[in-house]
Amino acid sequence: MAGKFLRSIGVALSAAFAPTLARAAEGQPSPGEIGMQDSVTPIADSIHVFHNGILLWTAVLISLLVLALLIVVIVRFNARSNPTPAKFSHNTLVEVIWTALPVIILVVIAIPSFAVLTDQMTMPDGQRKYLGSNIFSFGSVDVPAPAVTVKVTGSQWYWTYEYVDQQKSFDSTLLDEATRLAQTPVQPRLLAVDNMLVVPVNATVRVQVTAADVIHAFAVPSFGIITDAVPGRLNETWFNSRKEGVFYGQCRELCGKDHAFMPIAVRVVSAEAYAAWMAAFQAGSIADANATLPPLSAAPAA
Amino acid sequence: MADTHALQAHDAHGDHAHDGHGHVTGWRRYLFSTNHKDIGTLYLVFALISGVIGTLLSGVMRLELQEPGIQIFHGLASMVYGYGAGDAAAALDAGKHMFNVFTTAHALIMIFFMVMPALIGGFANWFVPLMIGAPDMAFPRMNNISFWLLPPALLLLIMSMFFEGPAGAHGVGGGWTIYPPFSTSGQPGPAMDFAILSLHIAGASSILGAINFITTIFNMRAPGMTLHKMPLFPWSVLVTAFLLLLSLPVLAGGITMLLTDRNFGTTFFDPAGGGDPVLFQHLFWFFGHPEVYILILPGFGIVSHIVSTFSRKPIFGYMAMVYAMIAIGGVGFIVWAHHMYTTGLSLNVQRYFVAATMVIAVPTGVKIFSWIATMWGGSITFRTPMLWALGFIFLFTVGGVTGVILANAGADRALHDTYYVVAHFHYVLSLGAVFAIFAAWYYWYPKMFGIMYNETLANIHFWITFVGVNLVFFPQHFLGLSGMPRRYIDYPDAYAFWNRVSSVGYYITFAGLLLFLFILFLSARQRVKAPANPWGEGATTLEWTLSSPPPFHQFETLPRIDAKSDH
Repeated sequence: MAGKFLRSIGVALSAAFAPTLARAAEGQPSPGEIGMQDSVTPIADSIHVFHNGILLWTAVLISLLVLALLIVVIVRFNARSNPTPAKFSHNTLVEVIWTALPVIILVVIAIPSFAVLTDQMTMPDGQRKYLGSNIFSFGSVDVPAPAVTVKVTGSQWYWTYEYVDQQKSFDSTLLDEATRLAQTPVQPRLLAVDNMLVVPVNATVRVQVTAADVIHAFAVPSFGIITDAVPGRLNETWFNSRKEGVFYGQCRELCGKDHAFMPIAVRVVSAEAYAAWMAAFQAGSIADANATLPPLSAAPAA
Repeated sequence: MADTHALQAHDAHGDHAHDGHGHVTGWRRYLFSTNHKDIGTLYLVFALISGVIGTLLSGVMRLELQEPGIQIFHGLASMVYGYGAGDAAAALDAGKHMFNVFTTAHALIMIFFMVMPALIGGFANWFVPLMIGAPDMAFPRMNNISFWLLPPALLLLIMSMFFEGPAGAHGVGGGWTIYPPFSTSGQPGPAMDFAILSLHIAGASSILGAINFITTIFNMRAPGMTLHKMPLFPWSVLVTAFLLLLSLPVLAGGITMLLTDRNFGTTFFDPAGGGDPVLFQHLFWFFGHPEVYILILPGFGIVSHIVSTFSRKPIFGYMAMVYAMIAIGGVGFIVWAHHMYTTGLSLNVQRYFVAATMVIAVPTGVKIFSWIATMWGGSITFRTPMLWALGFIFLFTVGGVTGVILANAGADRALHDTYYVVAHFHYVLSLGAVFAIFAAWYYWYPKMFGIMYNETLANIHFWITFVGVNLVFFPQHFLGLSGMPRRYIDYPDAYAFWNRVSSVGYYITFAGLLLFLFILFLSARQRVKAPANPWGEGATTLEWTLSSPPPFHQFETLPRIDAKSDH
């Protein structure tokens, strides 16, 4: 009986860890994932290093310190081990230490924090160097000035992408289930769209974000970007993907009943493929343009 | 000076009390009550009812989110709002909106009608006068209206769920933050107006309560109780009352502008008329951030007393504890835009809010370490309230450190509006404030009602809840890190695993709630009489000098606080 129970716990535990090993392709969440989606831009690189390298450890260590102190207190100072309580209620030195030490820790966090933030909020001009994975440097990654400008407009409940320089635009909505399941490879549910935003690899894309009705938010985790789409405002962000592939995101500001059903999919392709796609788009329709793209690689599995 | 005033006030009141022997009974006792203890009890009962409603709402959401796809809400919508069998598409749309209605109602009910009434209306009403040696609150009739404004406010909020929101759907689905334009042009129906009116009334109730607490604490302390001798719970309530008084009018202004935008053609938040939707977010969070400290500060005070009582040791660093709370309250007013890093704030504004927000970690750290130092060298007994207080300290720390992570705008870019944020604020509220409420409940229950509860069952209640809520909220950190947005009725299949774990955690927590209700029932049934001080020599504050339950009017002769005595 007990053995059977223990075995069932073992099965449950290994089931708990198994999914973390099964990684999906980048640009989308993996089943059972406990960390961030893979990074493909200098900005997401710096976020990953800042979070995984500094913030997470600080948080874990402080939590463990408090937990350890609580355990010590529980073990050493319970009524049985320590029947007569001490009477002290002050200790200036200790109080100064636990006020000053957090200040120092926060300053150490603040230095890379400000650098990472500054990178995110500064549009590349071709001269400025970005941190990338090396957040304690003064910048070592070259990022070219924007080559493509896309105006993203959020509406209930789809996105409109306008290539500002070419004055061409199209809508991008959730792919209906029948079409999604008919395609190979099958794209992930609730992330697949009919028309993806297509951009060239290794080029800086300036993204201008606004909304037509209510507030939405344009977010792509693998790029490390999120910007609110606010009616009457034109917010700006940028990304520069070093990899080709499809990178998914979702609306991240509550916008109504189909808030969960207006995903973002960015297709990063080679410069030549992008040029061909754009030429076809300018000559005809978005469907013509998409026909020029190579088929999706078989990596994503739903 | 203050004490002379207090003495006169008490004399007058004392006469009154003598007239009042053979006071009114039955429903009149509560409806017309001017007694801080009766009103406190009303608040606690009200908070309990709202808490059950709020928990049930979140239960339906966890049920829905247990599996990918939509399983519950379309059926629920057809049941509640009556869509025919042939109207599957309409029922599905209504269900999607209904999910948002549930998230909105869950938040508003838990914040305005559960945590605030429990901590401020309930425990503060009961124990601030007792702990400062006052016979009652400064304005007993205002205390009555403060409470009786709340039931209609809750009723309005619940009614809003049954009126039209967006065209063709019911209820307010804008989240508790009700950002325009989704709360103006996005939901033109009267549901939003009901919710706004509900918030107005609940806000008025809180402002009146805050005025009452500030006046009581400043003017009615027992002779000899200087502010620097006052126990920490009244201190925490004093700071909270100032936060309420200064922040709620800003919310009232903001939602009034929302109301006029909706109904009277103004365009404060409408860019078409020169307004700006982001203005509302500034107004909302200028209230909203102090509000989250309003929810947690009274808990700080409660935990200090419990830790000191069961360690049989005076509070460590009393002065630092007081000024840490004042600092948290003060800095709480200048950090609001850390909720708005993604709205398009300029780089320098974001830098300022990052720095200001991180500063809050310092006084919070002082409090955590001082609690541990209070226990250090103590002789601790692990009675039920102490378990909850210990749980509070650890879980609040976890919520605090994720708060420091989110404070960094650079990292927030990855986590904003994901489940990471949901996990963070539930760690400080659902596991922080709620643990403080249960700690206070089990600590003061014998005092309030004069009977004991079954401590074994109450300890089991703690452990079930501790395991349950951690199982609900810890996996949500993982969901957030891997990018799952909050307020989603359905999610990509990759998020299924941790969502299922989270839902299982909810069922465990819910079992804990049922056990809690059973403990109450059992205690009322058995009526084991509680002594005046069930906690022993560590319980040094004034409420333990009174009988359990305290007399209807206490301190007709004011206690005198010895100049040498400790706080």
